[in-house]
This record gives sequence, structure tokens and C-alpha cells, in this order.
Amino acid sequence: MTIDSVRGAPDTPKAAEPELVQLLTPEGERIEHPDYPLDLGAEDVRGLYRDLVIVRRIDQEAVALTRQGELGLWASLLGQEAAQIGSGRAASANDMVFPTYREHGVAWCRDVEPLKLLGMFRGINHGGWDPKEHGFHLYTVVIGSQTLHATGYAMGVQRDGVLGTPSAGATIAYFGDGATSQGDVNESFVFASVFNAPIVFFCQNNQWAISEPLERQSRIPLYKRAQGFGFPGIRVDGNDVFACLAVTKKALENARTGQGPTLVEAYTYRMGAHTTTDDPTRYRLKAEEEAWKLKDPIERVKAYLVRGDMADAGFFQKVEDEAKQITRELREACLALPDPEPLSMFDHVYGEEHPLMTEEQEQFAAYLASFEEEAK
Amino acid sequence: MSTLTLGKALNTGLRKAMENDPKVLVMGEDVGKLGGVFRITDGLQKDFGEERVIDTPLAESGIVGTAIGLALRGYRPVVEIQFDGFVFPAADQIITQLAKMRMRSLGALELPVVVRIPCGGGIGAVEHHSESPEAYFTHTAGLRVVACSNPLDAYSMIQQSIASPDPVVFFEPKRRYWDKAEVDTDADPADWTPLHRAAVVRPGEHATLLAYGPAVKTCLEAAGAAAEEGRELEVIDLRSLNPLDIGTVTDSVNRTGRCVVVHEAPVFNGYGAELAARITEKCFYRLESPVLRVGGFSTPYPPSRIEDHYLPDLDRILDAVDRTFAW
Ligand SMILES: Cc1ncc(C[n+]2csc(CCOP(=O)(O)OP(=O)(O)O)c2C)c(N)n1
Repeated sequence: MTIDSVRGAPDTPKAAEPELVQLLTPEGERIEHPDYPLDLGAEDVRGLYRDLVIVRRIDQEAVALTRQGELGLWASLLGQEAAQIGSGRAASANDMVFPTYREHGVAWCRDVEPLKLLGMFRGINHGGWDPKEHGFHLYTVVIGSQTLHATGYAMGVQRDGVLGTPSAGATIAYFGDGATSQGDVNESFVFASVFNAPIVFFCQNNQWAISEPLERQSRIPLYKRAQGFGFPGIRVDGNDVFACLAVTKKALENARTGQGPTLVEAYTYRMGAHTTTDDPTRYRLKAEEEAWKLKDPIERVKAYLVRGDMADAGFFQKVEDEAKQITRELREACLALPDPEPLSMFDHVYGEEHPLMTEEQEQFAAYLASFEEEAK
Repeated sequence: MSTLTLGKALNTGLRKAMENDPKVLVMGEDVGKLGGVFRITDGLQKDFGEERVIDTPLAESGIVGTAIGLALRGYRPVVEIQFDGFVFPAADQIITQLAKMRMRSLGALELPVVVRIPCGGGIGAVEHHSESPEAYFTHTAGLRVVACSNPLDAYSMIQQSIASPDPVVFFEPKRRYWDKAEVDTDADPADWTPLHRAAVVRPGEHATLLAYGPAVKTCLEAAGAAAEEGRELEVIDLRSLNPLDIGTVTDSVNRTGRCVVVHEAPVFNGYGAELAARITEKCFYRLESPVLRVGGFSTPYPPSRIEDHYLPDLDRILDAVDRTFAW
């Protein structure tokens, strides 16, 4: 390659849509890929469909709750359900997941109660679940930070000497297209590569980082970055739950057996606003949204189920009813969430006694009590 | 005269600075079409183009690091850090590089970079969106650190900061972005309060309240409440944290004999510690009681449902005032 060819017209990330692994077309047709065989029974497919529908419903409910002032903020996953359910269901119990703040579908796969997610966005706490219990780390708001934690965690797994044995677990780190610009993410690629860490980097390229299009982060397709760091990168149709499942499964298995890191770029689209405080009409064209609507991740699974006579109207109704039930209960539980006690802000800050904090806590307790005295 | 919100005043100030000097650039995440998440740069890209209002990749170290390079090439970058909690990826560039290059080059290099940081809590946000990181930067020699508290100051101080030959860390109180006041946009800049001068925003004789940024308004409210009970509190808006206009502070405390410092950041090792130490040194014989501090606790910024308990409010300020009088 000459310098000129490098400098020439950039391989713009949007123009090129090469080597997109797809196992299910937008029309619901199953296609085979030589490297990613996937053997799913009807029951499995129905299970994935159920996951997709339920997480979309939960997400919609959370958006509604935010509009009604019950949550301070919500980062919607609308449009990204397949990327999250596919990759989330690819992970096994021993694997460890490091999410951003938008991985509600992955959280669902890891059995994290949706109410816990809502609690964080409501301002009840900054986390709320036990990452060890679920193999699902805390949400990370600072863009890219978690990719380094994930890499270090994977290095720990490697050091335990379990790779290649049945008890080996891989690590999977989630992040967005915007995050790929951060130093931390690039540093995590370096560490993962030179230490051959058992990790899968799962980038949901939803095309936008708030108002900034992918072209503001990269001039080459993101999956191609991996090569420069020395490990494989692969682009998958992020709206195809089968492809996300198959590709992530293989990447995780490679990690577990000591074959090192993989970058999976799930090519998808953020159908909603970045968060409930964002206004995408300021920067995004309606036509783009319309085009992506046709690639809806749920509709294509539905079409596949119908085509193959794997589900009838009764099944779809049942899933619908279940989703409604779950969200109704979720809403009620959310509204019933009590505010934390003011003094709880002093809890869990340190593992050992900390005299200054104890002093402040006691003073603040006395101060709060003085109001109760006055009220008497 | 026009009535402007603090946010709009910043926007107008940025616009003036860009009009007056073609070397002024605005850089950051989402500052272009979106106009920033708080719309402080609203409309600037439309009017000045993508070459001067630059949507950057999502990388704070990159933003400040390249701003340094642009400044070395004669530009005056004004960078926006989207939220206080996201300045830390850029802390390395700010602390180890931006602050020190002038001195290291024996004055040959000039780095007129402004780092704008929306700061503080009170907007019901999630983690990392409500921090008060001023102490980290005031502790670093070579940086000027200022905090505006009202629309007029926002308008003038942003322009003065851009004009400064030094790097300026510019704090904007995000929960005051929507506060309105009259701003004379035709005033002669020579008549503006100098950037590093503190302002007595409410005179009083019984005790001095020291504040900056978002806490100034709370202190003014506290002083209003105290006045109803016969206590006249003087309120000083420091405006500049580094350098500190200690003269204005000591003049006041020497008169009142009592002082309460208010800020949102944790009290321990916070900016108030510096103030208390300096005032004690300079006003020792005039003080009727120790300088007291009201601020955040020695905990991380709490979840939003209880942030009101963390932020200094009227009651906690007045409680501290009572304590200074009870001494
Ligand atoms: C270090 C840091 N800088 C800025 C922000 C503010 N911010 C929150 S989300 C976001 C865009 C993220 O885009 P991307 O990584 O593509 O993920 P997406 O939200 O699109 O899934 C920005 C700039 C942040 N959270 N952390």
C-alpha cells in the first residue's frame, strides 16, 4: 500500500457494508453462513422472540415513566434488541459481562431484575445489583472505562489457568461506536491483544453518539480497527438476533479456549433519542430512521416463525400478554420505590471505619433530628 | 440591555468572541448541530461553520490535547467538556501539559485555551453529572480557574477568559443555566468587573458568606432569610478561584468578624479549606469565631433522590451562621 492509497478517499464507514454476517434476512428468511452454523429449534426461536418483545416493552415503559417524571433519565435500547439478546444469550453462566448504561436487554439475559435498572435511573442508587451474582457488572456511564476493567478481569481469568477447561469463562465488554474514540477503549485493545486476554469486545454501532454520526469517530468500518491491534474483528447484522447469537458464541468460545480477543461490531441503529433528554430532530434525518424501521429486529423473527409454522396467533398473543403483565408490575413497583433515607449516602463508601465520615454522618443525623424536634 | 438566561449569556459571549477574533475556535462533543447538550453553543456552527465550531470525536483527552496543539499554532480554542464528571479523561492533558508549557518554555509558548465545564448538581441527573471538581484544578499551578454565577458575569467572564493568554478552566453552574437577568451587551468591556476580582453581591455587617458558582444564589437567599431575623450577611461571589481576590475577602471579614464558606464540593480538602486557612492567617485578630464551611459530605455525590440533602441549602447555611454567632 502506498501512502497515497492510504490518504485517498476514505473507506467511509457508512458507504461500505461489507462482510456483514447475516443469518436471517429482514424478510424473515433463514440463510446459512459457512463459519457460523446455528442450530436452533422452534422452542429456542420462540424463546428469543419472547426476550425481544419483553425487553422492548420494558424499554417503552421506562421511556413513558421518564416522560411522566418518574425516572430522571432513560437510555432507550429501541432498535438494538437483537444485538443485545443475541449476544446476551450467547454468554453462559461462567462468562462475565461489562455493560455500558444501555444494555437493558443483556441485563434481562443475566436475570437482573428490570426494577433494579429503573431504580438507578430514578436516582435511588448508583447501581443496585450484585455483579457477582449475575455475572453482570454495574452499568458504566463514563464512556469506555469498563472496557479496561473487562480486559483486566479477563487477564485474571487467564491467570487462573482455567482456559480450555469446562470451567473457563470469557469476558464480554459492551460499548458504542462513539466509545471507540476514547483512549481507554484503545488501551483496552492494546492490553487485550498483547496479553491475548480471553475477551470479546462487543460494539453496538448504532450510528450515533448523541448528535455525532459515525463519520465523526472513524473513517474506516469499526470492525477493521481490530486488525491494527492484532486480533480479529467481525461485523454482524446487529438487527439479526441469530447472527448476533452465532457470532458472539463463537467469539466467546474462542476466548474460553485461549484463542484471545475478538471485536464484534454489531451494525445496528438507535431508533429513539440518545436518552430521554435528547432531541434527535436537531441532527438526524427522518429518512434514515424510516429506512432502518424496515430492518426491525423483532419483525423479522416473527416473520420467520410464521413462515416456518413455528408459532401461531395464540403464541404471539401469549407473549404480548406476558410482556404487558411484566411491564404493568414493573410500573407499579417503580412508583412504589421509596426514596432512600438521606443518611444512606454514608453507607458502603468504605469497607473499614472512616472517622471523618462517621463524624459527618453523626453530625448530619443530629442535624436532621433537630428538624423533627422542632416539628414536635 | 437584554434579558438573558445564563446559558444564553454564555452563548452570546462566545458569539462575540468569535466575531471579534477569527482565531477563536469552539470544540467539543455535540457542540455543532446539536448546540451542545445544554445548547450553550446553539447556532454557532450554523453561523461560523464547521471549521470553527468543531464536533470532535468522543475523547476528552483528545479534545484538550488537540486544543493545546491548536493553541501552539496560534488559535484560541474554547473546549466544552460535556459534564463535570467527564473531565477526568482529560485531566492528564490539563494538569500535566496545559498548565505547565508556558513555564517550561520560559515563556516562549502561550496556551490561551479555555476549558468550559458545566458543574454541580441539583438537576436530578445520574452519576458523574453533578460533580464539583474545582479543587483538582485550583491545586494545579499554571491554570486560571473561574466560576460564573449569573448571566452578566457569564457573558463578560467567558469573553475575558478567551482573551486571557493563559489556560482558563471555566466552571458553569448547570442548575443556574436557566436563571435570567438583564445583560448590557453593549457595555464597554473596560467597564466589566475584571476577571479576577471578587464581587460583593450583597453588603452586610454581621457576617460574611463566601461562595462561587451555583452556591452564590443559595447564599443570597440565605442572606435574605437572615435579614428578616435582623442579621445582615455580606455575600461575596469569588468569581475567580485561582487567582483568589483575597483582598475583597479580608476587607469583608475584617469588618464582620465572622465567615462561612459555602460550596457544593466535599468540605474535606475542598476549596473552602484554602479560604479558611488564608482568612485565619490574615484576619486572626479580627475573627470572632472560626471560619466555618458548609458543603458536600465525605461521600461520593449521592443518587439524585437525596441530592437535596447533600447540597448546601438555606437551612444548612443558616445553621452554620447560627453556629458562628454562638461561639
Ligand atoms: C467520558 C465521557 N464523555 C462524555 C460523556 C457524555 N455522553 C454520554 S453518552 C455519549 C455518547 C455515547 O455514544 P456511543 O458510545 O456511540 O454509545 P451510544 O449511547 O450511542 O450507545 C456521550 C458523549 C460520557 N458519558 N462519558
